[in-house]
Amino acid sequence: MSTAPTDVKTVQPADFKSDIHNDWCPGCGDFGVISAVQMALAKLQVPPHRVAVISGIGCAGKSAHYMNAYSFHTLHGRVMPSVTAMKLANHDLTVIGVGGDGDAYGIGGGHFVAGGRRNLNITYVVMNNDVYALTKGQASPTIAKGQKTKSMSEASIMDAINPILLALACGYTFVARGYALDTKYLSEIIAQAIEHRGSALVDVLQTCPTYNDLHTKGFYAGQIEGQPRLYRLDQTGYDPIVHNPDDPVEIAQKKAQALLKSQEPGGRIPLGVYYKLDVPTYEDHLKAKIPGLQQKPLAELDLYHRDITPNLQELM
Amino acid sequence: MGSDFCWMIGGPQGSGLNVSAEILAKALSRSGYYVFGQIEYHSNIKGKHSAYKLRISGEHVSSHLDAVHLLSSLDEETLIGDLYHEFPAHRGHVHEIAPGGALLYDVEQKKFIELIGRKDIFLWEMPYAELLDRALTEAGKPGQARAYRIMTNTLALGASVGALGFDFDPVAEAIRDSFGAKAGKVADLNVNAARYAYDYAKERFAGQLKFALPAAPPKREQILVKGSQAVGMAKIKAGCGLQTYYPISPATDESVYLEGYQSDHNLVVLQTEDEVSAIDAAVMGAHGGVRASTSTSGPGFALMPEGLGFAAITEAPGPVLVLYQRGGPSTGLPTRQEQGDLLFALNAGQGDIPRIVMASGDIEECFYDTFDAFNYADRYQIPVIVLVDKHMASCYQTLPPFKTSHLKVDRGLVKPANTNGDYQRYAFTKEGVSPRSVPGQTGGIFWSTSDEHDPRGHITEGIGNRLAMMEKRMGKVALAAREIPDGKKYIYLGPAAPQKIPVLAVCWGSTKGAVHDALHHADPHHAKYAMLHIRLMSPFPSEAAKNILSRAERVVCFDGNYSGQLARLIRTETGISVHHSVVKYDGRPFSEDEIMVALEAAKPGVGERLVISQGRVVEPGHGNLEFDQMLELREANPKMLAPMVPLPPGYNR
Repeated sequence: MSTAPTDVKTVQPADFKSDIHNDWCPGCGDFGVISAVQMALAKLQVPPHRVAVISGIGCAGKSAHYMNAYSFHTLHGRVMPSVTAMKLANHDLTVIGVGGDGDAYGIGGGHFVAGGRRNLNITYVVMNNDVYALTKGQASPTIAKGQKTKSMSEASIMDAINPILLALACGYTFVARGYALDTKYLSEIIAQAIEHRGSALVDVLQTCPTYNDLHTKGFYAGQIEGQPRLYRLDQTGYDPIVHNPDDPVEIAQKKAQALLKSQEPGGRIPLGVYYKLDVPTYEDHLKAKIPGLQQKPLAELDLYHRDITPNLQELM
Repeated sequence: MGSDFCWMIGGPQGSGLNVSAEILAKALSRSGYYVFGQIEYHSNIKGKHSAYKLRISGEHVSSHLDAVHLLSSLDEETLIGDLYHEFPAHRGHVHEIAPGGALLYDVEQKKFIELIGRKDIFLWEMPYAELLDRALTEAGKPGQARAYRIMTNTLALGASVGALGFDFDPVAEAIRDSFGAKAGKVADLNVNAARYAYDYAKERFAGQLKFALPAAPPKREQILVKGSQAVGMAKIKAGCGLQTYYPISPATDESVYLEGYQSDHNLVVLQTEDEVSAIDAAVMGAHGGVRASTSTSGPGFALMPEGLGFAAITEAPGPVLVLYQRGGPSTGLPTRQEQGDLLFALNAGQGDIPRIVMASGDIEECFYDTFDAFNYADRYQIPVIVLVDKHMASCYQTLPPFKTSHLKVDRGLVKPANTNGDYQRYAFTKEGVSPRSVPGQTGGIFWSTSDEHDPRGHITEGIGNRLAMMEKRMGKVALAAREIPDGKKYIYLGPAAPQKIPVLAVCWGSTKGAVHDALHHADPHHAKYAMLHIRLMSPFPSEAAKNILSRAERVVCFDGNYSGQLARLIRTETGISVHHSVVKYDGRPFSEDEIMVALEAAKPGVGERLVISQGRVVEPGHGNLEFDQMLELREANPKMLAPMVPLPPGYNR
């Protein structure tokens, strides 16, 4: 029998569920991702009113409606600008971006790059199923050259974006990959991403039972040379952490190791944290520059009684 | 206007001519003069031609004049233009000097003087390299004129002040101020060099010119301010917490100004990766609980309608978007004037977007309108666009310091504290505005979406909800129309109703300054001319405008664009067609003189559309004509074909 004190209300994953009817296709990997986000927030005991969830457009975009939190279902590809501003407005909030692969790596490509450079303390969860599902299965930027799902009229003749490689190049300081149907492990990764001080990318491999007949549950469950296709980096002795952030050599080595892992030949796919670097965040730099932010988040400061007399005097 | 003095300095970009002009403006302002400075510059960092015009007056002025009384030239392009080009862009500024005016030029430009063909002006030669060397020698740097050639701007300033017979002391003080506290020796050197030029010119030229500075009015407290600074100060005063921007001319000046005050005022300025991000971040900043704004120009605004629609459908309290118009279409004329984005600002976006569009008419209005814009954004939970333009952004004007004690921040309706899980962010209310919540507070969780949504913020495509939501959003514009006072919607100067108005000059944006000054000088009691300045474009003051327009016997509408956009808007909003649509689209702002020229030309029998350029009404095809004239001038003077020498020999010691 539980001995938890009854006067402390603990946050449960169910607290993050909204009561709206979910209209994703049965068997969709998105269910696993949203559950993982809810489990991660409960694990970290963040109350729902301290969370802002910002999503893009597409199936993944609907996530915002299924979360009980401050929820913004924004525009196609614009998750990162919105996440950025929400964090700047209130750096005490837990700000989570949710988008699809087309949203994040296609139309939102430029924003994705800038988001990495900024290193705000945010988490970006990208549901990566290789297709634009809500518009009926067109190729997304993560489908490999030569591949053709049943929903595509022709095989792709473009190279795929490798989200892990891209994130490392852009400056994300936490780069990880999860699998939607391994929700428990995914929730652990997302919890680590939220806890990480800095911009975190969690690329989530997932199935689209309706449009993607290549990367199915069976494909991900498959064996390669007697070994499972998916495996956990943390069970191989892999150490993603840069232990001395002041050592550029270690940073380069850890980044190089992650780059190699992200392109593992032979079809095996590592899950888990590829890279983690703790350096001052954008907010840290802002706080050094803007004294008020050391006391309170911007949204809680009284900015409405400013005196512009000195500004006027400069012009006299 | 008859007694005003017009000084101009011309030279290559990067030569510091605007620094010189601003030093002179500051010295004059501190001595009590009213000044108005207008700058024309290329979209270029160094080398291409710029010119700064300073109107100096004994009374308040808010426009420039066409005629120049004293031109100070820093290069030969100021004298003869760029006629060595295959397709010349201009023929210099000497033709703008009024008969009896004067030209100050460097002796090194002597060979170009015969090409300018003016016998009716004073030609005052200055040995700048020699004077500079004298100042350098005194500072222990003899023979280094070449290395310090950049200081020629200071010498040209000193020479101008000497020729005018104005005191040197206020100029010296303004020079020192412009260098700041850090550079004592450099400031001294500049002051000394300017003084050599001052003495040289005063001794030889002072008192000859028939034009003189007007008598200085009594000294009083005044500021010398640019439009972009006024907007920036208003944002600070209004409590803006987040300013986002992507660099673009001429909007960037404002963000750069704000960047300088981040620490002083707890203000975050975010330079984004593009304008799409700039507006989206501003929208989310507003949702996040801070007053948020962005600033851009036409090409940047072209990327923003998506975010504008998002702000509208999610009923964000903002953002405030300051749109600095410049010459279009596309990249157009990046550093030149145009008021070409009026209809774009009013119509940008998918579907019907509720918005407030303000168009400030002068630098004071820039300040007060931008302040109000944040109140409107919060009160109506609506995006607010403040239209300004390149001319207003970069012109300098003396004004009384902005008054701030009466300014009140109104953050609009906020979520009542006692909601208990039943809070609806998009609740239907009597006024049409729903109390808003800010992320982070308890009991205020809400959903929002760029899709059509129910009062809770969830997607729905239901018919009843759609009707109600459209009416709720668009109804906020009607509410604003009822609440915003008339004085902030339009300015009318003329005979009171029901008297007839012989000629009504209608204008918007920075053209107000020129119209106002023209009428003030030509007809101060409005016996013949009245002015209607439209300040609020959406919601448009249709009834008031209709009442005034219908009393006018002749309506002349001024537009700094090709198609007469205000005239079109007036027709749409009031059903009234103006008699004459006066348009200017040569990339330069209307001058005071041009307003009178147009008003006098706009007579019965003259066409509905009058095109103004360089001080006169021009016929269609005028551009080609002028272009041909420039080519003829060049052919007649083969010397003009030679490209200019980068460094005059006097500096090659």
